[in-house]
Amino acid sequence: MPTTFFGWVLFLMDKYGSVLVKGAGVTLMLAVVGTFIGCLIGLVVGVIQTIPMEDNDSAAKKLAIRCLQRLLDAYVEVFRGTPMIVQAMVVYYGAMSVFNIDMSPMFAGFFVVSINTGAYMAETVRGGIESVDPGQKEAAIAIGMDHFQTMRCVILPQALRNVMPQLGNNLIINIKDTSVLNVISVTELYFASKSAAGVYYKYFEIFFLTCVIYFIMTFTASRLLRWAESKMDGPKDYQLVTYDPMMDPCGAVPLPTKKQKGRY
Amino acid sequence: MEKELIVSVCDLQKSFGEREILKGISFDIHRGDVTCIIGPSGSGKSTLIRCVNFLEHPTGGHIEYRGTDVMQAFKKLPLYRTKVGMVFQSFNLFNNMTVLENCMVGQVKVLGKNKEEAKTTALKYLKHVGMDSYVNAKPHQLSGGQKQRVAIARALALEPEVLLMDEPTSALDPEMVGEVLRVIRDLAKEGFTMVIVTHEMAFARDVSNRVIFIDQGVIAEEGAPAQLFGNPKNQRTRDFLSRFQNN
Repeated sequence: MPTTFFGWVLFLMDKYGSVLVKGAGVTLMLAVVGTFIGCLIGLVVGVIQTIPMEDNDSAAKKLAIRCLQRLLDAYVEVFRGTPMIVQAMVVYYGAMSVFNIDMSPMFAGFFVVSINTGAYMAETVRGGIESVDPGQKEAAIAIGMDHFQTMRCVILPQALRNVMPQLGNNLIINIKDTSVLNVISVTELYFASKSAAGVYYKYFEIFFLTCVIYFIMTFTASRLLRWAESKMDGPKDYQLVTYDPMMDPCGAVPLPTKKQKGRY
Repeated sequence: MEKELIVSVCDLQKSFGEREILKGISFDIHRGDVTCIIGPSGSGKSTLIRCVNFLEHPTGGHIEYRGTDVMQAFKKLPLYRTKVGMVFQSFNLFNNMTVLENCMVGQVKVLGKNKEEAKTTALKYLKHVGMDSYVNAKPHQLSGGQKQRVAIARALALEPEVLLMDEPTSALDPEMVGEVLRVIRDLAKEGFTMVIVTHEMAFARDVSNRVIFIDQGVIAEEGAPAQLFGNPKNQRTRDFLSRFQNN
């Protein structure tokens, strides 16, 4: 038996490393898929929330949009306003007792993470849409585009770039917070660590390893997203062409020098 | 020969809440007219031009396009807007698109042209404003004057019948004003119909064939530039113009 802290860490790493890595895999899958589906939900909800009421819309259309928006408001408030750990319990056991659906813990996990992220992302996307310069929308309207064309071609591409940092935030939060799914016995990293720690009663040593694994995952995720952001921004150079025939080299009122004769 | 009437603004009123900005303005836009709208800040110049293509919805009066009331035929508003192009003070180029895409998107999405056709038209007008060598640039890579020239090309690419310009040079550095004014002057020479809100009095006098002076939400005076600048009849016009001459 090892005698030092690092001795134990190495020993446990050798013995339970594969279990932890498998748990990390489940965590990562839950986080990535959950964030992805959550983003799609958030995108749809955010776009619906920002549909403007036009004066010329029919009353039925106005009513339908308003009802849908209130419903989505309720969704956002409920899922933002309750802890994910509780949502997991309610969804998993509720589905069983009310609807008699025996969903696997894994499926319940995906469901809860997606729907929870969706609620946060809905607000983020709404913020992103509202942060785009109103002049962009005006310009689109002025060339005859309707609301949905404006959204798809002009506003969303810019809004989505603006929500990238928040998307990264959500991914990182999800990598960490999927640990709460251990309450419905999803075998993610925390669950795996707890099981492994119980064998030798070496909680500190195992959770030290767990800590390192979580950090590696979140750090990699954050760097990858940064890289993606810089890719989205494209080149930053200004010197595109050396000669612009219309640019006035002498300012607003060119002096009548010989060189400038016949410019107009 | 009587010039062809394109748009007529009839007794246009606009209030924001309690505040009445436009108090009944009427004027006609004929083909080939270059109309400059001048007036003190807050007189309603920009509101007026924004009402003409319904970026602001008028609270009274109406606008006719070739004899039909645009507000009645509300469904055709996007189509009407392609006939009445708009150039903004702050350019408002689509930041997520290249120069070429900026000039193509309206043609493809609104007019339903195919991409090849749209590209040819876009390039034609970009060449017109001297920006054809920048087709692949993004707006953030351009100077203010260049952005405004692309914005003019974007509006022209839809081949509108009237081009509205809302203080096209007000957001520019002095050394970039010249290049934009030159483009507009060229367009005027070629016979494009334009309505220009401007603070450049010398330019207005030079380029337009009609000047409208707006003060406190009404047309205080209108006429040929030589008459309005040279011999203003209205006291308010005289006061306004004297401020420019003193500077």
